[in-house]
Amino acid sequence: MKYQTVIGLEVHLQLNTKTKAFCGCSTDFGKAPNSNVCPVCLGFPGALPVYNHQALNSAIKLALAFGCQIQEHTKFDRKNYFYPDLPKNYQISQFDLPLSRNGYLDIYSQDKPKRIGITRVHLEEDAGKLIHETGVSLVDFNRTGIPLLEIVSEPDLFSPQEAFDYLTSLKSIIEYLDVSDCDMEKGSLRCDANISLRLEGAKELGVKTELKNMNSFKGVKDALTFEVERQTLLLEANQKLVQETRLWDVEKGVTVAMRTKEGAKDYRYFPDPDLTVFIIDASIISQIKAQLPELPPEKMRRFVKEYGLTEYDAKILVSSKNDAEFSESCIRDYPGKDKKELVNWLIGPLLSEANFRKIKLHELNLNKNELISLIGFVERQDISHLSAKSVLSQLLDTGKSARDLIEEGNLKQISNAEALLEVMETVIQENAKSVSDFKAGKTNALMYLVGQVMKKSSGKANPKVVGELIRRRLTDA
Amino acid sequence: MELNQLTAHELLEKLNHQETTPEAILDSLQARIRKVEPQVKAYVRGEQEAGNLTLNSFSLGPLKGLPVTIKDNICTEGLPTECCSKILRGFRPPYDATVISKLKKSGAAIFPLKANMDEFAFGSSCENSYFGPTHNPWSLDCVPGGSSGGSAAAVASDEAIWALGSDTGGSIRQPASFCGVVGLKPTYGRVSRFGLIAFASSLDQIGPITKDVQDAAILTGLICGYDPRDSTSVNQDVPDYTKSLSGDIRGLKIGIPKEYFVAGLDSEIKTIIQEAVNKLQNLGAVIHQVSLPHTEYAVPVYYIIATAEASSNLARFDGVQYGYRAQSDNLMQMYKLTRAQGFGQEAKRRIILGTFVLSHGYYDAYYLRALKVRTLIKQDFDQVFGDFDCIVAPTSPTSAFKIGEKALDPLKMYLSDIYTISVNLAGIPAISIPCGFTKKGLPVGLQIMAKPFNEEMLFRVAHTFEQNTDWHKIKPRL
Repeated sequence: MKYQTVIGLEVHLQLNTKTKAFCGCSTDFGKAPNSNVCPVCLGFPGALPVYNHQALNSAIKLALAFGCQIQEHTKFDRKNYFYPDLPKNYQISQFDLPLSRNGYLDIYSQDKPKRIGITRVHLEEDAGKLIHETGVSLVDFNRTGIPLLEIVSEPDLFSPQEAFDYLTSLKSIIEYLDVSDCDMEKGSLRCDANISLRLEGAKELGVKTELKNMNSFKGVKDALTFEVERQTLLLEANQKLVQETRLWDVEKGVTVAMRTKEGAKDYRYFPDPDLTVFIIDASIISQIKAQLPELPPEKMRRFVKEYGLTEYDAKILVSSKNDAEFSESCIRDYPGKDKKELVNWLIGPLLSEANFRKIKLHELNLNKNELISLIGFVERQDISHLSAKSVLSQLLDTGKSARDLIEEGNLKQISNAEALLEVMETVIQENAKSVSDFKAGKTNALMYLVGQVMKKSSGKANPKVVGELIRRRLTDA
Repeated sequence: MELNQLTAHELLEKLNHQETTPEAILDSLQARIRKVEPQVKAYVRGEQEAGNLTLNSFSLGPLKGLPVTIKDNICTEGLPTECCSKILRGFRPPYDATVISKLKKSGAAIFPLKANMDEFAFGSSCENSYFGPTHNPWSLDCVPGGSSGGSAAAVASDEAIWALGSDTGGSIRQPASFCGVVGLKPTYGRVSRFGLIAFASSLDQIGPITKDVQDAAILTGLICGYDPRDSTSVNQDVPDYTKSLSGDIRGLKIGIPKEYFVAGLDSEIKTIIQEAVNKLQNLGAVIHQVSLPHTEYAVPVYYIIATAEASSNLARFDGVQYGYRAQSDNLMQMYKLTRAQGFGQEAKRRIILGTFVLSHGYYDAYYLRALKVRTLIKQDFDQVFGDFDCIVAPTSPTSAFKIGEKALDPLKMYLSDIYTISVNLAGIPAISIPCGFTKKGLPVGLQIMAKPFNEEMLFRVAHTFEQNTDWHKIKPRL
């Protein structure tokens, strides 16, 4: 029997507002424990919450980017449960009137576009952090009250890879809107996953498991992959699955049962009487809408249309907003209609340089004119592609101009046949085996011989010219 | 007359003319507290602390260091604020409630003893205090009413010049009525709740308890106004309430709700209220009977909404950060023991009630329905205020009852607030003023209600009545 995997993700996103959701405390990360606190976020008696307009605007921004309907009347509710990281023993959240509903996120998975439904996006406050030491547990309330967006997807994801791709696209949009750091390791983005299996073609959803405690996108994918296998094995052995919450153990690479549905809590949600129902004015919505930047899917489509890029290339270039802006300014200044060569440089050598330096493309110390000039040298066959890559590296390190670096390194290619003939003859003499191999029809041998000429000319020979020369020389003979 | 017996406005007059000093006022209060506190017990630890009272420094301002007595559920920086509960034992907030900051800015001195109350304001008799009951200055074996019983008894016995209380279902007006003083519950949103330790957030309001209407008008003016730290406070200009003390109510249309004069209302009280209404008529008001048809649902609706909110508001008292903590080696046990040992009987009853009405499967039948009926109750008032300037009714169906009389019968106790609760549910302002005495010599209060943000109407009617009667001048013999 074949099973279909069904996954829905619940993402908690810390908004990057300067102050907390319901008080004026700073949201700075990494401060000494319990230094970003006040009577309000500590839940002291008599202290009252006042909502942060900036957090609300960020939430609306993101919801609009998902094409969600914004609730005109919205309110905050109390979610009641006891836990030491929750100083009031209730969390201010949203229950039956979330800020927004019914949106979607367009993702690319295995190079195919897919639309994933977003059930709801709502605003709530973060809890504190427990630190367990031998014999004692400590609470750090710095995180308490930081605005948190809960983004719930529809169960539209059908594989761990799709879940991964959803998170990547989500992160990209969030980055475009600049509403969160989106750093899973710092905890500014957290993800729980609901996963169930059903027989291929079945309509009913299977028994679901809720997965928690993943702290990277890869962790989410790994935990889901493990869970697919675990559930498949159980189903194939005709065993019953129980609805439960399981924790991902990254060390052991397994999920471990935490609690079953019977242990589920009654949160006794009710409207928070400290925060009045508020109306989100249509004018505010249209104002925020008008300020939305061009988002990755639109940008990708435009790059394809305007610059003749392939969808694949465009998708890579638009995944980060600043990189996309940098790339586009290069593309605009790059002479000629065909941008393929430039794009190959951007997503090839340039991206590897950025990855190597652990920074983003746009953070490279690079003047786009130098990049264009460098590519010009290659296109005119003045220098080899190989040399150009090394020039690029030096460009980034030294900030010198491409022209100077080429001259300093004496890297101009020798495309002149006469100048190359002598070296070529020597190579042919020294590599009789390869010569006979080539003659016997092994084309790889030609590449080897070209490589030898390149070596002897310290990389300055133009490999194209050399290849042509050798081929002609050996075919003629 | 001793200084402590004077009203605030009389003392302000003296302070303005350098005829007295804040220290002299404190001395006279201290002497009075030493004398009567053993019987009245209006203050938390009043007897122990009465010997060494000092006034905190006060800023320059119109109040010139005149002390104000504060109920134990209003946060006062550095002073114990324990809601008369064991669970907040020793809690000294590091901040002032907004009303306290406002008073301090006006030059008031915050009286160093806090007024006794029912634990977390849960009660109508002041018997539910962790520190023991307060006694009614008019009859020491009677309750002073509650929950602001300490504030009302202190003002009535001249142990305070004036005081702040809080009113969630009658907690200012009913004790004011029982103790023969003036008590006002302002419009919901008129006074900031920041720093008031919440009982039921959608109903709570801080208000004054004073010796006369003029003092109530002054104190209300000082504490009300918009506060950006309280989302439920309303941004509306604060009028000069002393200008409402015109002494003229000719032509005002006053409604008498027929639902407030039914079985359960003590016949003696009924007669006294009727006489007060006649007095208002004689002073030129036009009196008509009106109807508030949903009145009978007010008590059940109140005990659903108020307990639901309370169950959540009191969740924070868990022994983790402040107050009382029971020792235990595991978290769940620490929570349970702390709350079992820290809360009194009535607090536990209300937490359990509130938790129940919010529980899955019961929410719609109780909480949600109560919210709907609350809207109907509010509409009753809107309807009447479309035609009438104010509504007049008894504050309480009885005068002060005996200590212990209703302590074991919570339902009977809850009915003590039957005439005050609707006002909180509707969010409107109401005042209770002295309007007579029972044959046993216990004070009776007249309640006046007005539409939202029309406290001026209350002061106008109350002041006119007061100027034409002498009830407020009679003091208990202690």
